Order: sequence, then C-alpha cells, then structure tokens
Amino acid sequence: MKKLLLPITTFLLVSAWAVTCFANATPIKIGALFSVTGPPSFLGEPERNTAKMVVDEINAKGGIKGRKIDLVVYDTQGDATKAVQAANRLIKEDKVVAIIGPSTTGESMAVIPVVEKEGIPLISCAAGSKISDPVKKWVFKTAQNDGLAVTKIYEYLNKKKISKVAILTVSDGFGSSGREQLKANAAAFGIQVVVDDTYGPKDTDMTSQLTKIRGSQAQAIICWGTNPGPAVIAKNVKQLGIKLPLFMSHGVSSKKFIELAGDAAEGIMLPSGRVIVSDVLPASDKQKKSLMAFVKDYQNHYKAEGDHFGGHAWDAVMLLKGAIERGGGDTPAAIRDQLEKTTNFAGIGGIFNYTAADHAGLTKDAFVLVEIKNKDWALVK
Amino acid sequence: MELSDQIAQYLVSGLSTGAIYALIGIGFAIIYNATEIINFAQGELVMLGGMFSLFFLNAMHLPLPAAVLLAVAATTGAGVLFERLTIRPLKSPTPLALVIITIGGSILIRGIAMMVWGKDTHAIPAFSGSEPLSIGAATILPQHLWIFALTAIAIIANKLFFQYSITGKAMRACAANRRAAGLVGIDVKKMVLFSFAISASLGSLAGIIVAPLTMTSYDVGIMLGLKGFCAAIIGGLSGGVGTVLGGLLLGVLESLGAGLVSSGYKDAIAFIILLLILFIRPQGLFSRAQSERV
Repeated sequence: MKKLLLPITTFLLVSAWAVTCFANATPIKIGALFSVTGPPSFLGEPERNTAKMVVDEINAKGGIKGRKIDLVVYDTQGDATKAVQAANRLIKEDKVVAIIGPSTTGESMAVIPVVEKEGIPLISCAAGSKISDPVKKWVFKTAQNDGLAVTKIYEYLNKKKISKVAILTVSDGFGSSGREQLKANAAAFGIQVVVDDTYGPKDTDMTSQLTKIRGSQAQAIICWGTNPGPAVIAKNVKQLGIKLPLFMSHGVSSKKFIELAGDAAEGIMLPSGRVIVSDVLPASDKQKKSLMAFVKDYQNHYKAEGDHFGGHAWDAVMLLKGAIERGGGDTPAAIRDQLEKTTNFAGIGGIFNYTAADHAGLTKDAFVLVEIKNKDWALVK
Repeated sequence: MELSDQIAQYLVSGLSTGAIYALIGIGFAIIYNATEIINFAQGELVMLGGMFSLFFLNAMHLPLPAAVLLAVAATTGAGVLFERLTIRPLKSPTPLALVIITIGGSILIRGIAMMVWGKDTHAIPAFSGSEPLSIGAATILPQHLWIFALTAIAIIANKLFFQYSITGKAMRACAANRRAAGLVGIDVKKMVLFSFAISASLGSLAGIIVAPLTMTSYDVGIMLGLKGFCAAIIGGLSGGVGTVLGGLLLGVLESLGAGLVSSGYKDAIAFIILLLILFIRPQGLFSRAQSERV
C-alpha cells in the first residue's frame, strides 16, 4: 500500500493541476440571441455590436479572472421559432453557461420555458414587463419596464396639477402594452383618461383622432408609439394648432424622431433612458461613468451614436461579468445565484438591484424626463 | 369645441387624404383600361417617387423643384422598365399570370428599395413651409394646398390628353377593343408601354407630394397602393371623374369614421367599402351598368 502512495498522490496532484490549468485555458462560453436581421433589426443590430465590443474589451484586459469570454451569437430574425431553436443549440451544442437576449418580448417569452427547463440563466434585452413578472427562477432582464416610463410622465403631470389626459397609442405590441400601463396606473396618480384612441402603425394622418382630442376636456396628450407615427402626430398637432402639452414614450428617444418631426418636435417631452443625455448629466449622476464609456466606445468602434438598445446588451454582459467575478464559479447555477445578488450596479439602463422577488432590477429613476429644445435633448428638472 | 367645427376638420383632412388616393387610383385605372391588368406594383411606384426625391435631395444636394422633376422622371423610367421586363416578355398573358407578375414585381421593387435606401423612415421638407392656415374652423397646411392643386392639374391634364390627343385617343381605342385597335394600325404594345409611363408618373407625383406630410420609407407603397385600388374600384376603374370621386369619398369616410366612431376601424372602413362595391355594384358607384363585352 505504501508503495502506491507516492504514485497516487503524484497522480492526484498532477490531475488537479491539470484540471485547474485546463480550466484556466478554456474560455467562458456565453450565448447571445439577437434579431440582427428581420423587422426588429433596429434592436438586434446595436445589441450585437455592443455585446461584441464589450466582450472584446473585457478579453483585451485579460478576461474575467484570467479567463477569456467566448461569445456565441445567433441571429433570430425576430422569429420566436428561430429563437427557440437557437437557444437549444446554444445550450446543447455550444454548452454556454448563460444567454443574453433575445431582443423582443415575443422571442423572450418563447425562450423562457427552454432555459427554465435546462437551468441556464437568461438576461433578456426586451422591455415587456411580463418577462420578469411573475419572477422566473432563471430569467432576468435589462430593458426598463414600460410601466416605469408611464410613472415618470404621471409624476410630472401631478406636479403640474394636470389631471385629465388623452392617450393616443399605436395598435401594435408596444402601443398596447403602453396603453394598458397608462390606464392601469392612472388611478393611483389621480389622473383621468378622458380620450383613449389608437392609430395604425402605417397610418399617415392622425388629424381625426387629434380633432376629437381637441374637442375634449383633455389637458395633455400622451402618445405611445415608435417612429414614424409619433412624428406624424407631432406635425398634425402643430397643424391643428393644439396648444396642449404633448408627451411621447421612450419609443422615440432617438435623434431620428427629431429629424422626422422637424420643427414640430419642439417642446415635446418624453421619458427616456440616460444615454441620449449622457453629456448633459451632472457629474454626480451615478451612471455617468458607464454612460460616457459606452457612448465613447461605440462611437470609436462603429462611427455611430450608441443607443438604448445597445445599452441593454452592455448591461447584460457587465451584469454577467460581475456575477462571475463575485466568485461562486462559472456554473449556470452559480451565475444565477450571483446575478440575483447584484446590488447598485450602475449600468446604461439604470441602477440595477436584483433580488429574489425582482428580476427586472430597476426603479422609475431609470428614466429621466427630457424635452426637445432647439433640435436637441434637454433635461426637465 | 362644437361638433360642427370638428366635422369641418374631418372633412378637410379627409379630402386631402382622398386627393392622394384619387391620384394613385387613376394610375390603376389607366393601366387597367389599356391592358386589363390590375397593376399591384402601383403602390411601389408611389414609394419610388418619394424615395427618389429624397435621394436627389439628400445624396445629390439638388434644389427641391429639380429633385421632384427628376424623381418623377426616374420613376417613369422605372415604370417603363417594369413593363418591358415583366409584362411584355410574357408569351400567354392570362389575367391571373399578369396579376401574379405585378405582385411579384412589387415585392421585388420593395426589396431593392430596402437594400439600397435601408429600412429607416425619412422626412422630406414641405414645399412651402409648415405654418398652418385656417379655413373656417378647420386648419390645413400649405402642403395640403399643393396636394389639391397638383392633383387637380394632373387629373385635368390627363383628361385633356385622353380626350383630344391622338395618342390618348389611340389608347382609348385599345381600351375599347385591343384587337380592333391593332387591326386599324394602332401599335398596341406601344400604347401599353405609354399607359405604364403615365401611371408611373402620376403615382410618383402622389408619392412625392404626400412625403412631407406622411414621411416615406421603403414600405409605404403597400397601404397607399391598396387605398388607391379601393378608390379606383369605387370609381368603377374609370380613368376620370369616377375614380377622383371614389378617392375623395374614401378619404372623407375614413376620416369621419376615425373621428366619430373609432380610429381602430379606419382601414377596415376602406376594405368594407371595397367588398360592398365588388358585391353590389361591381361596375362602380358612379357608372351605369355596362353590357358585358364579348
């Protein structure tokens, strides 16, 4: 027996060393599902670009605890079926430890049963509140819930003692989610929705709806949609000479809206993530450092303005990095547990605090209210 | 605000949208009359008008009038090319094959436009400012006046062309009886080509004059094309007053429906009218029933 002790000890030591050595050499595999092409490519493309950029940067600085990240990206084309197939491939063939994405709420909802069954943490970049409500064990999200944007507008209305509003929402997923939130939250702020009207995503003239609003008791108009509808509405409001304050959703918080609406954009207010106003934020803002880094990097890499959508991917990668760095290892279960312990992470979308009861992690302060002044954004105090 | 004031605004908004539908609808009618084809790529020609003028404005930095003229010319070229490449080579032009070809063509044109100009929506500056003007209780933009004026001019010019010019008369002859027109020495193929050229230029004009109000992108043609088609059907596919009235009626009904009933039904209104007309008065609202041509 004694004769065997030395070889066995040696073998054990060597294999233990080999294991750690091997582990050090293997990269951490992270999967990503983005709709880089297809209708939601305006989300998926900046998300993919940003995720690649951040991963490259982390790797250039030596990776996470000395281990590189290997990012495997699949294009889901905005198609829930493709997203599910790609998720299965990431888990079974690529053997990733965590997944970032998908870009849209529909795809995220389709992928959730897969990751729940396989036990792989998912950080969705889509905004729908149903992704994390009710809380699912393995699912987190980085995009701000629509309800938070609504709260931001209603708070401002309370401050201005405006209690009667007209809402004009687009008849697609984004608009109907906004409409639900606008109506559900109104009572809590003592706000009355006096006109509740919709328009089609391809409509080119909304003067009828606005004429109806003009003839109502409404003291403010809230429009919920993505380009180009809101720009048409802004122009129609000006044409009809309506002087009521006009609010838009965070769906149009990009320079494109100002470009489309032109002069009619002046004075419009909207809740928005901080990316677009990163340069005018006070230095005391906790997110300023992350925001400036993201905007500058994106500009250098892609010669384009970094946007909110890229920000969602930036947050997802950095949240994962944080979770792995905090220790506990790189198994899916350990990453999930550590993600849930994320506190005060100042990202692009806001300051994240995940808990067992909250996998969205943001408060209404993730939004700031901005006003369009001289074809640029200004913070509303 | 008084209900009557609101209705005034609905009417004005409806008429201006309707004028555009009329202009697009006439494009459908002209091609139909010369060839018996419903050209479902008409909407794409409308889109090309807007996108070409954007291209000449932004990429070539031309002044607005030059950009507009060039855009009409370029779209007319595209319409002629479309006829040459897809309609003319067809060996046995059955109506079904022709309809499918125009639908295929429209998808192709849309795809190319998306590849070339991207998926973004773009704005074109208004022709003469955007200070609203009031007409009684209603307000409109200077651009709406441009729409009314240019639509009226286009329709009158069209009417004169078909009534008095020799080419116009020849095209009407083709419409009445292709075979007989060919026998008396009219070059039917040339007339078909002309019909595509005329409706492409009318379509592009429509696309250009609405772009400052509605903005333009590679996929605006689908809805505008369908609405124009409705207008043409209401007018019984006549190349003249019927389609104009059809377009105006459609615009006004949509606007009143959205304002007084519910905006959710806006597009439904157009298509319910389309179905009703096809069921009850397939010859159109304004024309007397014709005996079937044999």
